[in-house]
Amino acid sequence: MAHILLRNRDVAGIWQFDTYVANGGYDALKRVVNDLSPDEVIGIVSASNLRGRGGAGFPTGRKWSFIPKDAPVKYVTVNADESEPGTFKDRELLEKNPHQVIEGALIAAYAIQATAVYIYCRGEFWDLAHALEERIEEARQANLAGENILSSGWSCPVYVHLGAGAYICGEESALLNSLQGLLGQPRVRPPFPAQVGGGLYYAPTVVNNVETLANVPWIILNGADAYQAIGTPESTGPKIFCMSGHVERPGNYELPLGITFRELIYERAGGIPNGKKLKGILPSGASGPVLRATEEVLDAPLTYEAVAALGSTLGSASFILMDEDTDMVWAAAKTTHFFKHESCGKCTPCREGIYWLDKIYERILRGEGTAHDLELLEKVPQQIMGLTLCALGDFACNPVLSTVQQFRDEYEQYIGLVEPVAAEV
Amino acid sequence: MLAEKHAERIEKIFAKYPDKRSGVMALLYLAQEEYGWLSEETLREVAELCDIDPTQVQSIAGFYTMYSEKPKGRFWLHVCTDLPCALRGADDFFSALCAYLGLDEHGGTTEDGLFTVEPVMCLAACDKAPMLQCNFHYHENLDLEKVKALIEQWRAEASRDDGVQG
Repeated sequence: MAHILLRNRDVAGIWQFDTYVANGGYDALKRVVNDLSPDEVIGIVSASNLRGRGGAGFPTGRKWSFIPKDAPVKYVTVNADESEPGTFKDRELLEKNPHQVIEGALIAAYAIQATAVYIYCRGEFWDLAHALEERIEEARQANLAGENILSSGWSCPVYVHLGAGAYICGEESALLNSLQGLLGQPRVRPPFPAQVGGGLYYAPTVVNNVETLANVPWIILNGADAYQAIGTPESTGPKIFCMSGHVERPGNYELPLGITFRELIYERAGGIPNGKKLKGILPSGASGPVLRATEEVLDAPLTYEAVAALGSTLGSASFILMDEDTDMVWAAAKTTHFFKHESCGKCTPCREGIYWLDKIYERILRGEGTAHDLELLEKVPQQIMGLTLCALGDFACNPVLSTVQQFRDEYEQYIGLVEPVAAEV
Repeated sequence: MLAEKHAERIEKIFAKYPDKRSGVMALLYLAQEEYGWLSEETLREVAELCDIDPTQVQSIAGFYTMYSEKPKGRFWLHVCTDLPCALRGADDFFSALCAYLGLDEHGGTTEDGLFTVEPVMCLAACDKAPMLQCNFHYHENLDLEKVKALIEQWRAEASRDDGVQG
């Protein structure tokens, strides 16, 4: 099947403006600006059942519909702060198919009649962000961005803003603060970004993920019904699955939502290297609960609902695979260390709690852990989860709790509660 | 001074935003490019340009990992050692790189001041591990042999530039 998002896999050089246009690029923006009202655009995207691809899965059309029509200043902010361990899909889209993201952002901007678009790129996307500015300039010169777009009277410049290395800026309110030159820490909500007082420069703002917006031009050109025919009724459309860790063919895979874990891991990504068995799956990067790779899990469909029913989350669909030889305590120590480093420090439960979880892991890995430490790994999260302004604290606790629950024997071996399984001689 | 030397670039930065404060991150990058790192004096200069308090600029410089308030080597080698990369040997790669450059297991700056090696958090290149960024440019699918060749390249680049300047 031809790609809808990773069209760079089908059309060589689609990052170039002329190639993109020769392959139907910006036709959707032209249709929207020339033939459709903003409400009609929101209606089509709502009917398509497109849900946010950054992790939360919120319906995109509904998000757009929250923007008050009478506000004089409104923004679209593109979240290109892709920093979740295991996630590298937005980078491919922005590097290899950038105009499709720009077009999607401009359609979103038209739908809410935005006054400007800001694309917030993580700082490490240094080269990509500078190239993106050139792509935007190409669109502007073709009267597709900037002043009086397609002679419609609607003006909307598109800007790139570079972050500087902070996971938390992928959280939408922290992203807005960072863009405003404030510390990149989450805001108290309400007001939410869509509301007056809650968005960029406190004006109503839509914050959309890169991949989400890359879906939009196709939806406009092919219609909501055609989009709904892809995937399942609840989890609609194509999704980019990022495959990393112990996998034969790591990389991005664009597939319809609803395929099974087994098909994704074994048929598409080539299975586990060296004939090893798969042990653990993190389906949403470092921030979701780990799943034990049972037959039940492998046969489950990759939809938002089914992965939630298994006790994890599909999130951004960033699969970190771990084979049978992986030390799951070490793996949870790695994710904990990540979140300790990335906690922005604003909320005490997250700042202090993850710091102590990290200390406990260091102790256990040194062979100095006790039964009490194992208890603490289950208790400390109770004082973090749900008690903070954003989800980072919860994210940090997910791999901790899920590995303690599902791979308890490995923790017990570390702290000497059970004998290690005899290694091969 | 940045204001004189980079007037045009500064103007372009401020043109993107409705207020000057929003230019602070881009100006910190500009200052870092100009001076190599961010001294207190530099932070004050940026504060003045953005019309905000120097302590606010300092807190921003300290918050993000891509700004440095200390002098570093000419080439910043940021090696991702997060879980996905570590599953593909990034920890061993990091240790081998440090040993090759005569640094201890935590990294640091080489005595000749050319290289600063640091472990960093996920760089969105998990499928191409082990990997690093050198001065924010990607180098992927690495092993020790490949990175040795890159280091020779960077050393040659440095001595060529020094020759031109000298």
